[in-house]
Amino acid sequence: MIKTDAIIIGAGPTGLFAVHQLGIIGLKCEIIDNLDRAGGQCIELYPDKPIYDIPAVPECTGEELTNSLLKQMAPFKANFHLNQRVEEIKQENNLWILKTNKGNVFSAPNVIIAGGVGSFEPRKIILKEAEKFEGNQIFYSVTNKNLFQNKKISIFGGGDSALDWALELSKTNQVTLIHRRSEFRGAAHTLNEVKQKEKEGKILIKTPYTLTSIEGDKIMTGIEIKHEDGNFEKIKADYILSFFGLIMKLGPIAEWGLNIDKKTIPVNTETFQTNKKGIFAIGDICTYPGKLKLILSGFHEGALAARACFKRAKPNETYRFEFTTASKNIHDRLGVKK
Amino acid sequence: MPKITYISHDGKKNTVEVPVGLTVMEGALQNNIQGIDADCGGSMACATCHVYVSENWLNKIDKTQDAEQDMLDMAYEPKKNSRLSCQIIISDQLDGLEVTTPIKQT
Repeated sequence: MIKTDAIIIGAGPTGLFAVHQLGIIGLKCEIIDNLDRAGGQCIELYPDKPIYDIPAVPECTGEELTNSLLKQMAPFKANFHLNQRVEEIKQENNLWILKTNKGNVFSAPNVIIAGGVGSFEPRKIILKEAEKFEGNQIFYSVTNKNLFQNKKISIFGGGDSALDWALELSKTNQVTLIHRRSEFRGAAHTLNEVKQKEKEGKILIKTPYTLTSIEGDKIMTGIEIKHEDGNFEKIKADYILSFFGLIMKLGPIAEWGLNIDKKTIPVNTETFQTNKKGIFAIGDICTYPGKLKLILSGFHEGALAARACFKRAKPNETYRFEFTTASKNIHDRLGVKK
Repeated sequence: MPKITYISHDGKKNTVEVPVGLTVMEGALQNNIQGIDADCGGSMACATCHVYVSENWLNKIDKTQDAEQDMLDMAYEPKKNSRLSCQIIISDQLDGLEVTTPIKQT
């Protein structure tokens, strides 16, 4: 079991800055995220899109913002626990005990939920029969590409993931790339390569087509797709790879006994505490009168929540407000050299 | 104030007044209309405010940008008349607009 002063759920910009705010007041924390890297929506939804409303940063991309935040919080050496989702939370006296789906257990007097709109999950194929082939013949990401040798693979999607995997897997497989419209949105050079492979007969492109049924009982044998003009076509398929991006689901947070209002958690704006003592919510996931879903609001919310955490983490100490410009304590924590 | 009608996937109609300048997505959220999730809050990053717009209205709305079409690729059952409701800004010309929400958004 990992014991600490605060556990942060969510490594998006708000969660990352909360690490910094806890760090400068001398609190330790651990940070957990379901994704395989830090950055949250910034890195998953708009890594290359410029953001124009971070104070004192006229323009930066989601990726640049994430990297700057990671650099800013680096002195505090917070441990990241990625690729895992907090499944359970229970109270033991003044402590919260959290367990992730990887079996890691944490204990702390404070939990800060900076979970955005929930955890990211792949958007799945809408046909019900897709479920029974999931993980065997239908995949939403590729973890073991050695599985695919001399197979018939249908790839769905119009973005970089679909194009990149179509190219890669076409080296040793028969690939059909299917998309609902004729325009692809992937990088131009990748698209050119795919078109070249199509000319060479290495990739078959089917647009504008959508998936209408999956054939096979215990083993999937093929699929049926429908052209925009209404014509159907059958294709043999050993595997389907589907890349329709990510959706956000609140997930287990909804079952922790917290008040929830339209997928957000109401908080007290003095401390950002929820209806449970010691559980705080900041960033897009919290709500209060006047709430704005802005990154800068998440920073402010984290600063206040961190101060509230102090009282529960160090009940016998008095918190004293200090400025980073003047405090020797803070300079020591930041590792500032004289 | 323009009246906007939100039609659920099973045909239930809900007509509300939405101020000029707001989006069809915001009109739905402010009036507690089911069927529009709007997870990303209107930054064109999630496709969970997806609606279908009838042919006769489609020409009266500003055309989609590439980024909106790209995002619609991710939507639940996109069709030719699909739009993201966060990108439809209410004007007096849109008084009487009808949009249909999909069975679900995710």
